[in-house]
Amino acid sequence: MRVMVFVKATKDSEEGVMPSSALLEEMGRYNEELVNAGIMLAGDGLKPSSQGKRVAFDGPGRAVIDGPFAETRELVAGYWLWEVKDMAEAVEWVKRCPNPMPGPSEIEIRPVYELSDFEEIMTPDAEAIHGRVQDKTKNK
Amino acid sequence: MAASETHKAIETVFRIERARLVAGLARLVRDIDQAEELAQDALVTALGEWPKTGIPDNPGAWLMATARRRAIDGFRRDRMLARKHAEIGRDLEERAGETADAIETALDDDLGDELLGLIFAACHPIVSPEARAAITLRLIGGLTTDEIARAFLSKEATIAQRIVRAKKTLRTAGLTFAVPRGEDRRDRLASVLEVIYLIFNEGYAATAGEDLIRPALCAEARRLGRILAAALPEEPEVFGLVSLMEIQASRLAARTGPDGALVPLTEQNRAHWDRLLIRRGLAALDRAEALGGAAGPYALQAALAACHARARAAEDTDWKKIAALYDTLREVMPSPVVDLNRAVAHSMAFGPEAGLALLGEIERAPALNGYAPLPAARGDFLFRAGRLAEARDQFGRAAALTRNAREKAFLLQRATACGR
Repeated sequence: MRVMVFVKATKDSEEGVMPSSALLEEMGRYNEELVNAGIMLAGDGLKPSSQGKRVAFDGPGRAVIDGPFAETRELVAGYWLWEVKDMAEAVEWVKRCPNPMPGPSEIEIRPVYELSDFEEIMTPDAEAIHGRVQDKTKNK
Repeated sequence: MAASETHKAIETVFRIERARLVAGLARLVRDIDQAEELAQDALVTALGEWPKTGIPDNPGAWLMATARRRAIDGFRRDRMLARKHAEIGRDLEERAGETADAIETALDDDLGDELLGLIFAACHPIVSPEARAAITLRLIGGLTTDEIARAFLSKEATIAQRIVRAKKTLRTAGLTFAVPRGEDRRDRLASVLEVIYLIFNEGYAATAGEDLIRPALCAEARRLGRILAAALPEEPEVFGLVSLMEIQASRLAARTGPDGALVPLTEQNRAHWDRLLIRRGLAALDRAEALGGAAGPYALQAALAACHARARAAEDTDWKKIAALYDTLREVMPSPVVDLNRAVAHSMAFGPEAGLALLGEIERAPALNGYAPLPAARGDFLFRAGRLAEARDQFGRAAALTRNAREKAFLLQRATACGR
């Protein structure tokens, strides 16, 4: 199964405090372990929300909101995409992650939907459109 | 944490650590069975202690230290026994002493390539490919013999036998569980890649509704491939195989229709292809080619798969490139089936006459006698060349040869479409 692993933001990450070189090294070693174990598919760190934007939807209305965003604990500072056997394995791997922040922090694990999860609600037309969209993003 | 939860967490930790643990121990005691027993004993110790102490910060190192201590005790016991048998004592004692010392000094050794050493041992060419696959799934994948038996549609006793015999063969061969270097490396690596691809194909051949453990083999093989790629970043064929598996796996969801029938590549709903896997597959192929491995058999097969993956619709397929790739593939991996696929590719790239011209030679060779896809291909070329009466005969012959009911119906339908 695939899981998305979110490193949640903290006050420090939102202020753009860069990780110490010691943490950077530790994180590098951890990432290496993930690769060596064959479970890592992708991963990146995200810049603070002050450099992000939101688009708020209300019916036909679209409003653009500039960062930073207030609810720090709900924001994401980085992510991985892993392929693991089950959630228990994902939890064990997350436990091994060095604390990504100087203070207390949280990492959240969410299983990824598979195409088969949509089988009942997906019409052939919707499928074709999803395929086209994925096609156009594939060579990014 | 509830006791059962702790128990589950410990077992998950063990599952993650098991292969590396067995690998490290096998290198010490030079015996897989004994290494597995020592690892199992370490788990039992952990199940007794961790619920009281909590799971240690580095559980892998804890398990390894525990198992190694046990191994040393074992050697000491052997040495005591040896003393009692004076006639053989002296020699054995010295050897046991040396081994115990070796273990002590190895305690601080780098664990780095031990897992790789175990993979090479499990995939040693002195063992049959089927046995290699079973033992690799057992040791590296951590599957139980029951799971392996279900995966290979075999009896548990058969698989257990196969593993026991393979271990015995490996023990008799006196392997060091080291990673082969130099000359030796190429043949041994080919044997490892063969096993991983065999595991992948076993999973890929599974049909919908079957035991889930079969499709899970594809994921396991891909994981093995990624482990190997991380450990051998300079070996182009490893990346060729990884690429081939990622791209083929990207089609898993599109490959069967609602009725469970296999859907041919050109008719698959490409919306169901997994774009992440395609992207990873293309990246691995780039890597194989950058390492100078474009002409390797796995890299070439990956390049063929990539041609289809890059085409947004079946009509966009670059058949000229596919034809050229098959021209190269038949040089490095000669096989009548490759020749037949090459003829099909040439017919798509340069017209049915080009395909027909290549078929003659294949038909004269006895290897594909009675192989339904051969007359089916000739029928298709003739049909596209407008020679309908001849095409009808060929489709009829192909239909008579196939044992697959669905394929037979399809071929008879094509025969009918030729009119009379």
